[in-house]
Amino acid sequence: MRELNMVKAINDALDVMLARDPDVLVFGEDVGYFGGVFRATEGLQAKHGIRRCFDTPIAEGGIIATAIGMGAQGLRPVPEIQFADYILPAFDQLVSEAARLRYRSGGEFWAPITVRSPYGGGIFGGQTHSQSPEAIFAHITGLKTVIPSTPYDAKGLLIAAIECDDPVIYLEPKRLYNGPFDGHHDREIGTWAGHPAAQVPEGHYTVPLGKAAVVRPGDAVTVLAYGTMVHVALAAVDETGIDAEVIDLRSIVPLDIETIVASANKTGRCVIVHEASRFGGFGGELSSLIQERCFYGLETAIERVAGWDTPYPHAFEWDYFPGPARIAAALRRVMENT
Amino acid sequence: MRDLPFDLIRVLDDEGQAVGPWDPRLSPDLMRRGLRAMLRTRVFDDRLFRAHRQGKTSFYMKSTGEEAIGAAQALVLERQDMCFPTYRAMSWLHARDYPLIDMVNQIFSNASDPLHGRQLPILFSARDYGFYSLSGNLGTRYGHAVGWAMASAYRQSDSLALAYCGEGSTAEGDFHESLTFAAVYQAPVILCVTNNQWAISSFAGLAGTQDTTFAARAIGYGLPGLRVDGNDFLAVAAATQWAAERARANKGATLIELFTYRATGHSTSDDPTRYRPRDEAEHWPLGDPIERLRQHLVRIGEWDAQRHDDLIAQLDAEVRAAVREGEAIGTLGRSKPPLSEMFEGVFAEPDWRLIEQRREAGA
Ligand SMILES: Cc1ncc(C[n+]2csc(CCOP(=O)(O)OP(=O)(O)O)c2C)c(N)n1
Ligand SMILES: [Mg+2]
Repeated sequence: MRELNMVKAINDALDVMLARDPDVLVFGEDVGYFGGVFRATEGLQAKHGIRRCFDTPIAEGGIIATAIGMGAQGLRPVPEIQFADYILPAFDQLVSEAARLRYRSGGEFWAPITVRSPYGGGIFGGQTHSQSPEAIFAHITGLKTVIPSTPYDAKGLLIAAIECDDPVIYLEPKRLYNGPFDGHHDREIGTWAGHPAAQVPEGHYTVPLGKAAVVRPGDAVTVLAYGTMVHVALAAVDETGIDAEVIDLRSIVPLDIETIVASANKTGRCVIVHEASRFGGFGGELSSLIQERCFYGLETAIERVAGWDTPYPHAFEWDYFPGPARIAAALRRVMENT
Repeated sequence: MRDLPFDLIRVLDDEGQAVGPWDPRLSPDLMRRGLRAMLRTRVFDDRLFRAHRQGKTSFYMKSTGEEAIGAAQALVLERQDMCFPTYRAMSWLHARDYPLIDMVNQIFSNASDPLHGRQLPILFSARDYGFYSLSGNLGTRYGHAVGWAMASAYRQSDSLALAYCGEGSTAEGDFHESLTFAAVYQAPVILCVTNNQWAISSFAGLAGTQDTTFAARAIGYGLPGLRVDGNDFLAVAAATQWAAERARANKGATLIELFTYRATGHSTSDDPTRYRPRDEAEHWPLGDPIERLRQHLVRIGEWDAQRHDDLIAQLDAEVRAAVREGEAIGTLGRSKPPLSEMFEGVFAEPDWRLIEQRREAGA
């Protein structure tokens, strides 16, 4: 065990897999010699060589297309897309190719790729360095979508994703790279030091895809979140003193429906939190699932707390971001309704 | 024609003389305006980069070493022409005298930000100055320039389009699609590649030109390709005039590689010593574009050291005044446009979601 922040835990997962499996390749823009703009691949080229960890041209469609081709032959490519906002040039490759290769070829070919990409706001990155595109991928059958919220999970989920035979979109909450950000941007920013989930074992271990974590057990209301918003939700729960059960979904596809249903039936109240825009966001899917499966267990309508239906605005970052105050207000509303 | 993509068009020699067939014979007045635009860019960049270090904004990018490109092109093209910039083409705006205070307010995202607090610093939009809206994603506006040019042809207007693409970004499909469309429709467009040797940490060869040039990309599309010393104000002007004449004579598009050097880090988030020699910039063989034009003007008796120093002092005072004025309105986070601006401009008219959410946000 040692204490690692989230970037270092991701780096460690890549290091472990490069050492363990000669089929694993790590590549992307500025990923090789430089070690990535967020330092996630630092030192990997020096350690594992330029054939295992390398720089690519600036062409996201090309990065994913070649990853799929390599994967089809049996390698396990782990391409990085520098910002999740820049996955879009590769969207056709992901949707029409990676997601369907197995299905349409009758199982002859498949694409065991893991696309890592930093997502989310809170760094004053403006419209094209802040977006949360998870719902777009969740909508595509054939893609898995994984989002860690702690260093421990980041490493274990990334190794599980690399070992998975399906294409995985692995979204890294960049606001959490250096610390468990709770949404209070105006207070001193904490680091991972001393956080129990920053204790990261050496070597190989996995956190299974499709298993949510109950990060705070409670009886009054279920809070569903993932990525950055797990920490923001926990802060809001603390501040309201409401005995909420906070669930970190960890992967949205596959989705741990059992944990969600059990909690919703127990509490009868739900608040769903994500940073992405609200309309058509993943919260809508979660809300429908709970409504379909827990209708008679629900005491009141499900609430969603999300980014507004606008692009991510630079000056209004903290007005856009669904911070602890907005979550706390939703928690109080849900508790008042009967 | 066939050799031009592998050659390097230069006008200013090492002694600052204008030589050779490409000499555009610009008036001293236009050259002085070019010098002023380049210096304004550099002074502004230095001041605003420092403002970022002082916590007054979130982000900044400099064009240091590449100022000749936008400056020369803005001055030889017409008012009605539209430039589709990259974040490294700010000397276009300086050459067109875009108000410094508007730049500062945008960079501070303050209450007077002309883009209403919605966009990352320096990703300007200035339609009246022939400067199309910038965005963070690379390459995506290259095709807009071709479309703009096609619209001009369709409407029989004289407005041509000029677009920039960083050499690293030529790897994107957008670049190749744009060249195809430009060739197929003989669009009156000037497609430029600013080859500043670096794409963050990647050297130019990683975009696929280790054994060829960016200008030579044109050959495969059946377009003329020029490779130009981008630090030579006169060469940039000459090549641009050549391409503009072709476009206005309905002879179609031209690809111009502007060979230059990114003299500073990629952005405020970058530390170039991690991937290139610390002193590489000093060894760049094609010199500093400002110094080269200054040398030429002095040589032909149209400029002197005193005027140069005075100009720098004057620009410095103008930039300082603009920054002070912007600071008085407020730096990032200390002043903002009204919150309602967050919800405006998503659509021509907001739909019910935005109306409800604006209310919920208390705007
Ligand atoms: C589609 C897309 N992919 C990746 C990025 C991240 N990125 C920003 S600038 C840059 C390098 C661009 O290099 P180049 O095209 O040479 O332009 P320069 O910065 O040198 O002017 C990269 C990779 C981006 N902004 N957009
Ligand atoms: Mg470049």
